Amino acid sequence: MHEWALAEGVISTATRVAEGQGIKKITEIKVGIGELQQIEHEIFLFALEQLRTPNIKDAKFTLQAIKGRLRCRVCGEEWEFSNRDMDEETSEAIHFVPEMAHVYIKCPSCESPDFEVLEGRGVVLASISGVKEDN
Amino acid sequence: MVASALAIRLKEKGHSVGLLDLDFTSPSSHVILGIEGLYPEEEYGIIPPLAHGLRYMSITYYSQDEPAPLRGADTSNAIIEILAVTLWGNLDYLIVDMPPGIGDATLDMIRLIKRILFLVVSTPSKVAYETVRKQIKLLHELDISTIGVVENMVMKPTTYVSERAGEDNTAYLGAINYDPTLEDALGCVELLKKTEFYGSIVDLTEKVG
Repeated sequence: MHEWALAEGVISTATRVAEGQGIKKITEIKVGIGELQQIEHEIFLFALEQLRTPNIKDAKFTLQAIKGRLRCRVCGEEWEFSNRDMDEETSEAIHFVPEMAHVYIKCPSCESPDFEVLEGRGVVLASISGVKEDN
Repeated sequence: MVASALAIRLKEKGHSVGLLDLDFTSPSSHVILGIEGLYPEEEYGIIPPLAHGLRYMSITYYSQDEPAPLRGADTSNAIIEILAVTLWGNLDYLIVDMPPGIGDATLDMIRLIKRILFLVVSTPSKVAYETVRKQIKLLHELDISTIGVVENMVMKPTTYVSERAGEDNTAYLGAINYDPTLEDALGCVELLKKTEFYGSIVDLTEKVG
C-alpha cells in the first residue's frame, strides 16, 4: 500500500516544520487528501498511526477531503474530477501519479489535455498545531 | 541511450543498480532495453521491478506509453511523487536518464538529491555543445559535482568538444563513435552488448565507475 510511503512523507514533513517553528510537542496534524489521488482514508490513517514518532505520540490526525477541480487552459471550462467511469488501470495510474490525469482526462468541452488542477491533486500537509515549550 | 547502457554495464560489473527514466514526456529507456510487461509491486511504497537485473522505474508504467503532456509544475509534482514513494532498496548506483537541457527535471534533481553526480552527454555538434555549455555553467555555479562530458555519435575526428570542455573546466571523458549497428540492437540487451557503442560504454565505465 503506497499510502504508507505518503504517510511517511507527512510525518517527516510535519516533524521538520515543527522543528523549524520551535514546536516541542505536536498536538494536531491536519492533512488534506486531494480526490485525484484516490487515497483510501482508512488505510492512510492506519499508516499515520503506525508511523507515530515520540514527538507526535499524542497528536490528533485530522484528514480533510479536498474535491478535485480542474480548469482547461484552452477554453476555460471548469469541472470536477470523477473516477466513476474510469477503468481500474486508469484509476490506479492517477492514484500513483496524479499528473497522469493529463494522459487520460480531456476537457469535457474542447477535449484538450492541457488543464490545470485547481484543487485536490494529492496529499498535502494542511497545518500542524503544537506547543513551543514544555508545560 | 548512454544512461541505459551505463546502467547495464554497472550491473554487469556486479553492482546493485537502479535506472530511473526521468524523461516523462519522451521516455525511451524501455525501448532501448526492450522492457515490457512489467509493473511495480506495491508494498509500503512502490517497488520497481527488476529488468535485466536493474531496479527499473519509468512513467510508462502509469502512462501506458501514451502521450503525457505535462507543464513545468506537473513535471515537478510527478518527479516528487515518484521519488517520495519509490522504494529502491540498497543500491550502489541510481542512474537517472534525464531529459535534455536545464529545465524542471534538472532543477528538481539538484534541489532534491543531495548526493548527485552529473555525467553530461553531448554530440559533436556546435549546436549541441551550446546547450551542454550552459548546463555545465549552471552546475558549476551551483557547485554541483560533474563527472565530465562524454561525446556521443562521433562520425569523424574532432576536437571541438574536448577543447571546449577543457575551457569550461570540465573533464572530457572520451568519444563514443557513431555505430550504425546500434539501431538494430535496440530492444535487445544481448545484441546491445555486442555493439561498438557498448564497447565504448565499457571504456567509459572504467573511467567513471
